[in-house]
Amino acid sequence: MNTQFWVVQAFNGISYGALLFLVGSGLSLIFGVMRIVNLSHGAYFLWGGYIALSVISATGSWALSLPVAALAVALIGIAMERLFLRSEGFAFLRNAVIAAALAVLVSLAISARWPQFIGGGWIQFIAVAAVAAVAAFFMLSRISILPIETDVLRQVLLTVGFAFLFQQGALDIWGGNNMDINPPGALTQSIVIGGVYFPAYRMFMIALALVIGVAIWLVMEKTRMGAAVRATVDDAQMARGVGIDTNRISMFIFALGAFLAALGGVAGGAFLGIYPGLDFEMLPLAFAVVIIGGMGSLGGAAIGALAVGLADNFGKALFPEVSYFTLYAPMVLILAVKPTGLFGRE
Amino acid sequence: MTSKLQKILLGSCLALGLAAAAPASAEELRIGFIAPTTGIFAQTGKDMVDGFQMYLDEHGNKLGGVDVKFIVEDEQGKPDMAVTKAKKLILQDKVHMFIGGFLASTGYALAPVSNSEKTLYIASVPAADDLTQRQADKYPLFFRTTWTSSQPHHPLGQWACDQGHKKVITIAADYAFGYEVVGGFQKAFEDCGGKVIQKIWPPLGTKDFGPYIPTMKADADAIFSLMVGPMSLQFPKQLRGSGNKKPIIGGGTSYDEFVLPFMGDEVIGDVSALQYSAAIATPKNEAFVKAYRAKYGKVPSYYSEGNYTTAQIIDEAMKKAGGKWPGPEQFIKIMANLKIDAVRGPLSFEDRNPVQNIYIKKVEKKKMFGYDKDELWNTVIKTYPNVSQYWTYGKEKFLAQPVYSRDFPPCKFCE
Amino acid sequence: MVSQQVKIALVTAALAVFVYIVPHSGSFVVLLATRAMAFAILAMSLDILLGYTGLASLGQAAYFGVGAYLTAVLATKFHFGMGWDFWLVVVLGILIGAALAALFGLFAIRAGDVYFLMITLALGQCVWGLAYRWNSLTGGDNGINMSGRPNFGLDLGNEVTFFYLVFAFFAASMGLMYVLVRSPFGRSLTGIRERELRMQILGYNTWLHKYIAFIIAGGFGGLAGVLWAHTNGHVSPETLVLTTSVDALLMVVLGGAGTLVGGAIGAAIVFGLREYLSTIVPWWQYVLGGVYVLTILYLPMGLMGIPSRLRQRFSQGKDEGSKELASKPS
Repeated sequence: MNTQFWVVQAFNGISYGALLFLVGSGLSLIFGVMRIVNLSHGAYFLWGGYIALSVISATGSWALSLPVAALAVALIGIAMERLFLRSEGFAFLRNAVIAAALAVLVSLAISARWPQFIGGGWIQFIAVAAVAAVAAFFMLSRISILPIETDVLRQVLLTVGFAFLFQQGALDIWGGNNMDINPPGALTQSIVIGGVYFPAYRMFMIALALVIGVAIWLVMEKTRMGAAVRATVDDAQMARGVGIDTNRISMFIFALGAFLAALGGVAGGAFLGIYPGLDFEMLPLAFAVVIIGGMGSLGGAAIGALAVGLADNFGKALFPEVSYFTLYAPMVLILAVKPTGLFGRE
Repeated sequence: MTSKLQKILLGSCLALGLAAAAPASAEELRIGFIAPTTGIFAQTGKDMVDGFQMYLDEHGNKLGGVDVKFIVEDEQGKPDMAVTKAKKLILQDKVHMFIGGFLASTGYALAPVSNSEKTLYIASVPAADDLTQRQADKYPLFFRTTWTSSQPHHPLGQWACDQGHKKVITIAADYAFGYEVVGGFQKAFEDCGGKVIQKIWPPLGTKDFGPYIPTMKADADAIFSLMVGPMSLQFPKQLRGSGNKKPIIGGGTSYDEFVLPFMGDEVIGDVSALQYSAAIATPKNEAFVKAYRAKYGKVPSYYSEGNYTTAQIIDEAMKKAGGKWPGPEQFIKIMANLKIDAVRGPLSFEDRNPVQNIYIKKVEKKKMFGYDKDELWNTVIKTYPNVSQYWTYGKEKFLAQPVYSRDFPPCKFCE
Repeated sequence: MVSQQVKIALVTAALAVFVYIVPHSGSFVVLLATRAMAFAILAMSLDILLGYTGLASLGQAAYFGVGAYLTAVLATKFHFGMGWDFWLVVVLGILIGAALAALFGLFAIRAGDVYFLMITLALGQCVWGLAYRWNSLTGGDNGINMSGRPNFGLDLGNEVTFFYLVFAFFAASMGLMYVLVRSPFGRSLTGIRERELRMQILGYNTWLHKYIAFIIAGGFGGLAGVLWAHTNGHVSPETLVLTTSVDALLMVVLGGAGTLVGGAIGAAIVFGLREYLSTIVPWWQYVLGGVYVLTILYLPMGLMGIPSRLRQRFSQGKDEGSKELASKPS
């Protein structure tokens, strides 16, 4: 175990931590502001990667895929938050979305059970779906959603339901193959310093995480919006009392969280690949970051990510026998001693 | 008309009617197929179904001249779900046989069902060694049409030694399939005089090999890797990115056609072994690859070929049985004596497992079969014919040693 | 409000109808019903934690898995549990589930709410990792195959006989849990769910109450695991994977947390969708996800909450609605 070994392992651990920072910081912020553990976070990561693949195959540009995928998923996040995690407002849109989805399922069911009604034709399918949609919309408008903002557990469970829908949706849209994102040639090289190889892509991940981290920190510390966010994290009721629109803050933070997760997905796509099941593999990792770093704290997320990246890396290299536990055992110990996470506050 | 005549007429009509009706229901072969059609293994499930379905489509949905009722059930990648669906197929759909299963654990879970329900189970994917070796006697109605995990890797070990490699590091996914693949390679390699000097076991699903690559010893001649799924995509990239230029010798799933289309140029020159390659240069394989690709939009993987050939095996066996289902025990006897000219090459059986060609193949970028783009193909560089699950050891001697595991063969030369 | 006696009568009647109809509905239905019932015991045990004590756990599969592995290991390595000693294995299964919960509870109970969710997830994953790596005991990812079902005068290899046995366990578990939640101990659990601080002020040792509830849930989880091992004849790390715990949570929420019967109803629906609908159409995952999302949005008290929701709608009950919700943990 010479110096070269330690240097390379440390570098690997830091670069892995950079990716985890992207995934975990979003989760941490969402929890800090909304007190929800967003269990669809892994799905956002996955969809970010898949959308990037589509962008690349459509335009050939990897650089474009980063912002496009991240923004697209941020929009999905906003939609989910506004329509489903809040019961007031947007009821029309929500009912329309649910009605449309129900209608498609009804149409599929009818075509499976009584194929003669639909035959193979698209027109008949859409006609049946349209009728079902109108009927469903009418019924839904008569029922009201019970207020969900205050019930954290319900919101958490809702994100689980969506996680399953996202997973199946990804499978139907992009298929089940193990895919890989190919970054431009320059990033696939390795830089050699002192005889040690440093893959350029890992450096890119570190750079990306630094840039994003600094950008968010600046927003949080130096802008009014950031101050409002920090106030909401500290004490939501007081913040409302002072006149801060915590509703809008929630939307912004949820979108930001989704944005970060998707960015992680694009960045990670060239490093981990994109394939079904990746969403539920990333979720415990994001949890680990948030738990160790503490919820709601950006700085905590950075430290947590670094800690998990390094611990996971060195743990697997030095104690390969317990590879399956290097992540979960420390999580348990930390939570047992300090349930709010190393840097969390409560 | 007298009433007696009426009765005779009525009776004859009934008899004729029954005679006409009876053969129609007996002349049908009901096949249950269990594959993961949803969940994270959905694509392999699709390949499995597509392979079998293509053979049926090419033969007018008949096997051995008998109409086939092909029922596919989703096992969702879970062994207990596979057992449930198998029982549904047997008890409700009254299938004559059930085929498939994906994971090795699913193979293990389905084997007892063949006993308890006295129905033939053909495993067209699960490769766990012992199902046709040390545990074969427990499951007399189990038949395998593809491979055992260690089968292609014995000749690969021999080949590696013949190439002059003396010291090899193995890095393989930490689960039973990985152990059996490495075991096969190590046994043959070391019996020839080679040495495995280090064994690394990243957990199944590892995609960041950062912790493992720097621990690789510098004095190895080559690296034997067994990667599955997403691991296969990332390992070669990361190994080369770390500056390590040693030749990679891969296990069956490290470079097979399931992952190859998504790999980059860094894998050109990497070698692996399996009973199938889409680049086998025979007319039969060329026709198969072209037809499959035209129909399903992708190059067939060994899951596709394995199930296509399974359909072929059933076809030939039913022909030998005269177009009538002879019962599971007799059918196994017939299959066991078949000699098939399959897409992958000549095929026969020993102890309910194939005896077949094993292809040592190398990744090359070229145009093949008249396609107009340069693509990655597993070019065959050497063929070992008539390889059985016991390699050159003989059945008694082979079964006397324990099943390949994490600790067997032991790493005698690990420094 | 519907009185307790009427509720009990309804449930008993439903069970009676169920146990009569199923054996006449074909072997596949019998198989599904058996699997659903074994898993329903796990779901109901989670309801004790979630619905009655207010603790959402994402790690119940650990106790389930431990009970299943114990059964499989005893059956294959020690040839124990295939005759009259089956009943002993049942007891051992309950004990090992409870013991593991006792150990894990020491770590977990301190945390509240979301942290409890995460620490139970981590603990569950640790057990999964152990099942995967401890090859010599658990067979690693190949799992353990059991060669047949116990036979003690009653041949459990017969699917219908086995169905009746599992039904007996299922009904007994439901009955026991019912007695538990209506006992003073059970009532204090509900009190803890509503206002833990108030219970503490009143002098209750809330930590101990939660801990005991956790152990009881673990015990029932172990029992469910024993039955599960025999139902499938095979145990592998898949039994303990995270989605198993999530499934159990889904079932409780779907059926209605805090109703006990809700867990069983949720189990029936999820199994029906996963295992029955999946034989008919390939897009069943959307139905499952959709049912789940819609239930949470419109029926937060699960399907068991439909009667009260209807009542509320028809009797101008907006105020009642928000009152009931105020009592939900937030």
